[in-house]
Amino acid sequence: MPDVIPADSIGIVTPQIAQFDTPLTLSCGQTLSSYELVYETYGTLNKAASNAILICHALSGDHHAAGYHSMSDKKPGWWDSAIGPGKAIDTNHFFVIALNNLGGCCGSTGPTSINPETGKRWEASFPIVTVEDWVESQARLADLLGIQTFAAIVGGSLGGMQVLEWSIRFPTRLQSAVIVASAPKLSTQNIAFNEVARQSIRRDPDFFDGNYLENSSVPTNGLGLARMLGHITYLSDDAMGAKFGRQMRHDSYQYNYGIEFEVESYLRYQGEAFTKRFDANTYMLMTKALDYFDPAAQTNGDLAAVLSRAQCEFLLVSFTTDWRFSPERSEEIVNALVKAGKQVSYAKIEAAEGHDAFLFPIPRYMSVLNTFLTRVANRLTTEVK
Amino acid sequence: MRSDLEIIDEWVQPNIRVLDLACGPGELLHHLIKNKQVNGYGLEIGHDDLNTCIEKGIPVLEQNIDEGLQNFDDQSFDLVLMTHALQQFRRPDLLIDEMLRIGKECIITFPNFGHWRSRMHLALKGRMPVSDFLPYNWYDTPNIHFFTFQDFERLCEEKNIKVLRWAAVDGQLKDHWWIRSMPNLFSETAIFHISR
Repeated sequence: MPDVIPADSIGIVTPQIAQFDTPLTLSCGQTLSSYELVYETYGTLNKAASNAILICHALSGDHHAAGYHSMSDKKPGWWDSAIGPGKAIDTNHFFVIALNNLGGCCGSTGPTSINPETGKRWEASFPIVTVEDWVESQARLADLLGIQTFAAIVGGSLGGMQVLEWSIRFPTRLQSAVIVASAPKLSTQNIAFNEVARQSIRRDPDFFDGNYLENSSVPTNGLGLARMLGHITYLSDDAMGAKFGRQMRHDSYQYNYGIEFEVESYLRYQGEAFTKRFDANTYMLMTKALDYFDPAAQTNGDLAAVLSRAQCEFLLVSFTTDWRFSPERSEEIVNALVKAGKQVSYAKIEAAEGHDAFLFPIPRYMSVLNTFLTRVANRLTTEVK
Repeated sequence: MRSDLEIIDEWVQPNIRVLDLACGPGELLHHLIKNKQVNGYGLEIGHDDLNTCIEKGIPVLEQNIDEGLQNFDDQSFDLVLMTHALQQFRRPDLLIDEMLRIGKECIITFPNFGHWRSRMHLALKGRMPVSDFLPYNWYDTPNIHFFTFQDFERLCEEKNIKVLRWAAVDGQLKDHWWIRSMPNLFSETAIFHISR
């Protein structure tokens, strides 16, 4: 809990809900007749509505990206280290919007919401949503907030895929794109990891084919396992080694299946904590959205060809020890953008934290991000003059 | 702008695709983008230089040239540039091959080690030259290959590389008739425009 709100924090923030009654036809063919998106905003929208930045969240993120909901909050929003007055994404210059994506479990319409047609929770019947669907719904949120063109759209990991999709689908609606620790599509190994995560949830006897809430149940074992697996892939071997090594719980081996090594305890804790805040159906949806994303499929696998539609400037960032979305994956996007003749800069940041690095305030990472966005902000000022 | 960069500027056609290897803080690239409307990219690994480029809006990619340039397609650029850096890479000969694979033409500048002052330094003092222009000791220099104007010409001959034009300038990076007549002796910086 913050005794006092830090000076560089955006402070206390209140989520808002946007209601949409225009039906949204999804990639899967199903239509949502109405839906809600929960979002937060930080900073002030200028008169020209030209200083907005959209933050796209990753697998387990939400709309609470910065600041505190109350003085009793233990932690600020998930990207508070980067968003705030004077921070890399400077709320003195920008109007920052963060939302919870469709299919989420933090306030936007998703599997735990009530289906208006049945009066019951959607649960397993909630349609699978894709990155394209998210971008479409984010554009509608932008319309509602009176934002025609974003100064920048920013996202890491799965969030970066949304940014990439924005640049292709709505080329005139963003001036710059910041894509961090992402990929143009998942590797086979990534899809394989996702499948293990899904199977661990689906094979949990408490899953009830996805209708667990109706059965007053929660597949905590399966979801916890999925998170444990995910967690291993988000960290680097070195980071885990440095944090835990072979540190043991007891002075000597116990020769049983209790906790022997600290890393086991850590993973169990992470798995269990996650089940208290996250919905299993949402987790599965998010992994499917990752698997399906492949914008180059529409141009026979030619990424440069599909990116030729883009008009914005790009900044790509990767981290040296990230093996879930390795630097080579970011470089695929960079090379395609160069081939297509687009404005792109790329930084490969030395970091020990693996894929998770995109959430850490690593000084050089923050400096690159800030340098890029300061230029975006300066250009806005010049245009207004 | 430095006058060797001015010379290069005169040689560059407008609206072409340019790749600047080891672009530093992007001085030349910035100029070419602004005044020649080139579609330009720089490669760099220095963190401060990368930030300076991003600050100025110059497209810059963090890439170690010694680890290869395979990510660039054959003849995908009209011009590949490298100013004052060739002497810092492991295999300049292979790098030149790569530059001519990626670019239709290349412009390379390098410090001429055959300059009379370097020769005097080594001949009279018996020690490796340290000058304002090459201000490093033998043990801490990033310049791992020393070669002369003539050495470079010879390499081009051996590799059947066409020299489209060349220029030679002194320490102040000025062009004089005596440098032009004996570039191997009087030039401190050599500038070559080459193609296959």
